[in-house]
This record gives sequence, C-alpha cells and structure tokens, in this order.
Amino acid sequence: MLSPGELQIVLLSLQVAAVALIATLPLAVFLAFILARRHNLATQILNVAVHLPLVMPPVVTGYVLLILFGRGGTLGQIFAKIGLIFSFNWTGAALAAGVMALPLMVRPMRVAFEAVDRRLEGAASTLGASRLQVWTSVTLPLAAPGVFAGAITGFAKCLGEFGATITFVSSIPGVTETMPLAIHGLLQIPGQDAAAWRLCAIAIVIAILALAVSEWVTRRIHARARH
Amino acid sequence: MGDPPDPCAGAPLMLEVGVVKHFSKFDLQVEFSASDGITALFGRSGAGKTTIANMIAGLVRPDLGIIKIQGRTLFDHRQGVMQPPEQRRVGYVFQDARLFPHKNVRENLLYGRQLRRKFTDAIDYDDVIGLLGIEPLLTRAVNQLSGGERQRVAIGRALLSRPEILIMDEPLAALDGGRRAEIIPYIERLRDRFELPILYISHSIQEVTRLADTLVLLDAGAVVAAGSPRELLTRLDLRPITGRYQAGALVIGRVDEQLTHAGLTRVRFGANSLLLPLIDQPIGTELRLRVLARDVAIALEPVHRVSIQNQVPARIASMTIEDGPFAELRLDVGGTFLLARITAHSARQLRLRERMEVTALIKSIAIERSGAG
Repeated sequence: MLSPGELQIVLLSLQVAAVALIATLPLAVFLAFILARRHNLATQILNVAVHLPLVMPPVVTGYVLLILFGRGGTLGQIFAKIGLIFSFNWTGAALAAGVMALPLMVRPMRVAFEAVDRRLEGAASTLGASRLQVWTSVTLPLAAPGVFAGAITGFAKCLGEFGATITFVSSIPGVTETMPLAIHGLLQIPGQDAAAWRLCAIAIVIAILALAVSEWVTRRIHARARH
Repeated sequence: MGDPPDPCAGAPLMLEVGVVKHFSKFDLQVEFSASDGITALFGRSGAGKTTIANMIAGLVRPDLGIIKIQGRTLFDHRQGVMQPPEQRRVGYVFQDARLFPHKNVRENLLYGRQLRRKFTDAIDYDDVIGLLGIEPLLTRAVNQLSGGERQRVAIGRALLSRPEILIMDEPLAALDGGRRAEIIPYIERLRDRFELPILYISHSIQEVTRLADTLVLLDAGAVVAAGSPRELLTRLDLRPITGRYQAGALVIGRVDEQLTHAGLTRVRFGANSLLLPLIDQPIGTELRLRVLARDVAIALEPVHRVSIQNQVPARIASMTIEDGPFAELRLDVGGTFLLARITAHSARQLRLRERMEVTALIKSIAIERSGAG
C-alpha cells in the first residue's frame, strides 16, 4: 500500500503530532483553568501571549522560534545543555506544532472550565475533599468533554502545521518532513501530482479516522456523565 | 455573674456562632448557640440564613467573630483561625441537592465517606440506605432521580461524610407539597436514629413547627429571639416574623384515646385534651399539633349546644388590638400557649382583658398534625 518513503513521512508526522500533543496538553489544561478562573492583568497578558500564534502570520511565529530556540538562541542554548536540540530536528517540528496548536486547544478547554458549576466544588469540599481532590474528582471530570475536544483539535492542528514548521526547521526528508511539507515539496516538482495526491488521500484518511475516534470517545464521555 | 447555673456547664455546646459580615446591601450580625436535637434557623428569604450556613460550613468567611462546634474552633478572627471546609466535618444538605452529575447515586453517597476514611463514626452505611429508602436507586444516574429522591440522596451523602453536625438549608424548598410531606418523616427518623445535631434552615413555619426542638428567629441579618418553639410561636411581638395569617401555636401532646367509631383521636397535653380527626398511632405516641390562631374562638364561659368539640379553660396572657379589624390573644392553657385571632369588635363586646379567665373553642377539624402542608 504505502511506499517506504510514504510510510516514513506518515510515521514522522504522527510522531511529531503525538509528542507535540502530549507535551502541550498539561500546559493547555493548566492555562485554560487559570484563564477561566482568574481575571487580572497577569492572566490578560497570558491570554494574549497564548493567542498570539493564532493571529500572527505562521511565518512570523516560525521565525521567532528560530531566533529563540535556534542554535544561537537563548532558549535553544539552555535546552541544548539537557540534550534537547530543536533546530532542524523533528523535536523542533513538534515544538512549532505545539506552539501553533496551543491557542486552539486552550479555547474549548477554557469554555469547559468556565461552565463547571462551582457550587459542586463547594459541595465536594464540605464532604472532605481538599482543593486538589476537588479539582481531580469534580472539576476536571466535568470539564472532560471540552478538554478532549481541545486535544483533538490540537492533534489535528499538529498534523497539519505548515508555515511555522517550514520556517523553523525547514523540510528535511526523514528528519522534519511531515505530510504537509512533503505534499508542498511534491507540488513544486512538475509531474509529481500523482505522488502528491496519494499523500493527500492518506492525510484525508487519517483525518477521518481521528474524527471517528473523537466521536467515539466523546460519546463515551457523555455516556459516563449520563450513565 | 448573676446568671442562673447552666445545667450544661462543662459540656461544650454543639454549636456556637457569633459572627459579623458586612454586605453592600445589609450587615449580618448574629449570635446564637445550639444544643442537641434539631435547631431551626427561621426567617424570611434574605434574612441571611444561607449565609450563616455557608459560614459554618466554611464556604463563606465572616469578617469578624467565632464559630465553634463541640468546643472545636472552626473560625476565630482574633486567632486567625479559618479551617477550610474539608476539615470542618459539617455535613451540608443544600437546597438544590448539588449531587455530582458525573457520578451515580452510590458514588455520590460514598464520595465523602471515602475521603474521610480515617475518621470513625456511629453512622452505618446500610442504616442510612435503609432509613432513607434509597436502596433501589443506588445504580441510577443522578439526572434520573425525582426531586424528592435527589434530596434523600443528598441527605445520605452528607450523613455518610462522617459529620459532627448536619446543616440542612431549606431541604424541602425545591419540592412540591406532596414531596415535602414525603421527606419530613425521614428527617425525624435520622434525628432519632443517629443522635446527630441538626441545624435546620427554613422559611416555612409548618416545617419548623413540626421539627424544631429549638428555634432561632432571624430578621434582617440579626437574631430576634431564640428558645423553645412553643414559647416563641405564640409570642405576639414576634408575629411580624413568625407570620400573621399562618400564625399558630405548637401543642405537644400524647395520644390518649382512640374514638374509632367517631373517627376521632384524643390527644392529652397537661391537664387538658383535644379531639381531632383520627390519627392512626398507638396510645402514648407523642404528637406535635399545630393550632392556627384563626381557628380558635373565645367564649366567656363553657358553651353548650355547639358543634365545636374542643373547649378548654384558658387565661388571656396578653392581648393586642392593632389597626384594622383584628385582635390577637395569647392564651395560657395550663402552661401551654395558644393563639387566638378574633375581631376587635367582639373583643370589645366581650370586654376581654388580660388575665381574664375564658374558654377557648377549637374546631376539631381545624387541628392539624404538624407537617409541611
């Protein structure tokens, strides 16, 4: 079915998206909760910072990442000390995907946390739950559908991220060349339409699968909430 | 100093509250204490009842003051003590139940019990389930419960969280008449079964009459009076708070005789008795009766050839004639107080005065076993 080259592209894309999602998810949940519950100058600034990648041209985001996390960048040097190198590496692709996906993840999660009935949290505390126990046993489960929706949107964004990724880590076959980058590359070469179409079809199949999984999990979450 | 000796001296009161909290609309400043049994906090909506409950549970912080349960300090602004709700062991039954929608009935019931595993209590899981009749509901989802069932589960959840005191904030307010009558016996049963002190918050004089051992009257953020319901419910000066049209006395008596053929029950209180529609309870059962002021008439002497079954000798303890057509009388019937509401016109015709000996006439069918009607 898939040629070895295509398989490599697909697996790399999934790896980049999965790592980006896993690394971003706790941060996204934390940010969403803080933004839902705290309203002050600091959270307003935080809100703007989180949403910047959504409104800036992706090329700009990629360029900023290059400056900060590139070989000579301040943050890049710090991470290099613990052996984490982003520039022209798949980890950089994951970083770019995560940064771009973060605002899309935070939004539905924040709405979900805002919708949690805080009186239920009060009830839980009178029943003996500490603040952390209230959060894990009441707040998070009640916000779970929104958190999951955010995660799915984030994963889809990570799979499809193009502009910031190509600017930050370029398109290196076998290293940073994810599906969108490969498709874009093929379209630059005359006569490669068929190969481009095959990758497009694969991308569509993956998207449909992700949607199906998301539907299934969402229904399970709601079924649990309803019993 | 000159106070009479306190019979409970040494044993700490179950609940001591003396708190102040400022709001933009009004100031709350209350001081009261409660001992065992059911203490009712009564007042109209907006009097600050729920705020007091929230302060005792730890959900609202008072500005000043002190809150203690059985001698244990929950809040003291001078010492900077503010225990978080989870450490207070105050079982709280909310007006709106507040069951967790993502957990089923059993999970709701066990939520607090599992979190407070390290504490022991005398309350047994199976007892609670049986007493509240929630065995058939255990695997149900919360949103499949009726209002009355929700409230029973909420009571069970609070009871099972190993509390030292139970606060019930208008637990019947969200229910219709029939459902209220359904829940009341459960509350009486759990009071008798578990010896758990209960703070019962209500704006319904019927509920309070039926349940309260001690009554605390609240108005505009302050305690107006506290004491036995028999005393407070018949005090004429408190009627603006206890209600005018619904004003009535609480008579606590025992089933004395069943006149089954006549469909009547005789209930004795002190040296007197009342006949009322048959109540199917064994002889000797204690009953709480509610005698409304508007159902009590006055005669100067015993009346013959009259349909009214109940005639008891009474002394007019106090009387007020206000603007409008009514006169309100507080009657002393051998130590039990009744209220009578008659027209000012007849009060003048009969030349009623305080300390006069009269006969109180009470229609049998007007006497109700105190409930939540």
